[in-house]
Amino acid sequence: MRAFDYVRAGSVEQAVTTHSKSQSAYFLAGGTTLLDLVKLDVMPADQVIDVNHLSLKQIEVQSDGSVRIGALVTNTTLANHEHIVRHYSVLSQALLSGATTQLRNKATTAGNVMQRVRCNYFRDGISPCNKREPGSGCAAIDGHNRSVHAVLGTSDQCIATHPSDMCVAMAAIGASVEVQGPKGKRSIDFLDFHLLPGSTPWKEHALQDDELITHVVLNAPMPNSKSGYLKLRDRASYQFALASSAVILVMDGDTVRDARIAMGGVGTKPWRALDAERALKGVTLTQQNMEKAAAIALQGAKPYSHNAYKIPLGQQAIIRNLTTLTA
Amino acid sequence: MTDQPDKNTEPTTSGLTDFTVPSRRNFLKSIGVSSLAAATAPVWMQAIEAQAAVADDTDAPARDERRMTLKVNGQTHALNLPANAALLDVLRDRLQLTGTKKGCDHGQCGACTIHVNGVAINSCLSLAAMHEGDEITTIEGLAKNGKLHPVQEAFWEHDAYQCGYCTSGQIMSAVAVLQDKSIGKDDHSVREAMSGNICRCGAYKNILSAVQSARIKLQEVT
Repeated sequence: MRAFDYVRAGSVEQAVTTHSKSQSAYFLAGGTTLLDLVKLDVMPADQVIDVNHLSLKQIEVQSDGSVRIGALVTNTTLANHEHIVRHYSVLSQALLSGATTQLRNKATTAGNVMQRVRCNYFRDGISPCNKREPGSGCAAIDGHNRSVHAVLGTSDQCIATHPSDMCVAMAAIGASVEVQGPKGKRSIDFLDFHLLPGSTPWKEHALQDDELITHVVLNAPMPNSKSGYLKLRDRASYQFALASSAVILVMDGDTVRDARIAMGGVGTKPWRALDAERALKGVTLTQQNMEKAAAIALQGAKPYSHNAYKIPLGQQAIIRNLTTLTA
Repeated sequence: MTDQPDKNTEPTTSGLTDFTVPSRRNFLKSIGVSSLAAATAPVWMQAIEAQAAVADDTDAPARDERRMTLKVNGQTHALNLPANAALLDVLRDRLQLTGTKKGCDHGQCGACTIHVNGVAINSCLSLAAMHEGDEITTIEGLAKNGKLHPVQEAFWEHDAYQCGYCTSGQIMSAVAVLQDKSIGKDDHSVREAMSGNICRCGAYKNILSAVQSARIKLQEVT
């Protein structure tokens, strides 16, 4: 592993100030992404700022029903938190479907939001990759693009999927990301946080220079809703999604009163399917209507040489999730 | 606790005691890399003794080092270590605790699994500097009073390994899984909870048997 300087932050302000003084500093929380990619020399850290001692480890249910999650709450803690299991089943399920027990024990909420893509051409450190080396090209577009490459939100610069399961659930629930930087605190809508690759795939999120995520705030749960996360993958465990769906459903008899749908494994960011939600609202949840909504969710999908199967698979991830929730 | 192998009298049915369980490490030690005494003490005791013999650093840290205090298996060590030292490498190379294995070095195989404050983590994806003040436990720290942990006994009894390289990580995960009330007791839940420990030999069936049998052993203890 390359040599770097290590600083332990005693406060958010100190973390931000230290970060602003260095050219290539990274905040270190669980380390499951950062140290992996520093070892691969994909994230060329000259300095790591250990934020693990900051008091950002609380899960607070607020008076308006929203839930404020500290940046350092681990994936394990969040997944097993009583209020989350009870009111945000989709989030608990998504978290537990990701990574492994050991990694979830280390990985944090903010770290999961910030995790990097799993494209092998990004990770190998040598292939053309516009994310890692702007202007070098994208080896995935005509390369091995079967498993962790998207059909939605791609560009001619980058087609890697966002790998998080947690973020897919958060996109469906609705959330905001609280950050603190040199200019103070601000809040970013979760759907605006991750950016499409477009012509600047190296710009992955809406953070300004030196900003640190301090909390993620979940919208209050939808009353009388049921929710679930369905992840389809090559093996039964410990694998990134080929396609996944997070669905939150409020039913009135056989009629859909309200629905939230987000997808993973198919998009270059956690993919909220707003048009599919609109197509379901107020209709009877028949097989035909589910198929229609699923088709709308994948409308405009662009397949690459090895991942065209993701279009029907993504649709099935939605249909099966809806079916299971209403069984 | 009636089905545990008796360490003091007769060899077990396999004809092997823990003194003579063949392993590359034991073999190398027994042919003269170490003394005769080393071949007659259980391997984990040799490791704990080696760890105890590691002297604290007394010099000031070099320019690219930090002074760190790490508590491992109940022993406190004051060491001068580079800022980028991975916890796994410090355990193996500085503290001589080579029971924790380096497999992929990227959090993908689980061979390096240890406990930090009772929680299983991949030590390859941690810096030593992140763990000052934490209680670190490695495979060598599981045995108590010269007696193997029930999970270690169960792995032995169920032949839950072939080459053995992943075994200490499997055992550390299993101990944590059995302590975690949020993980189900059924086979499916155990398989899922231990999916971060890869066994290239494919000893999964026996590993699962060992974990479930250790669950019963642990209930008998309490």
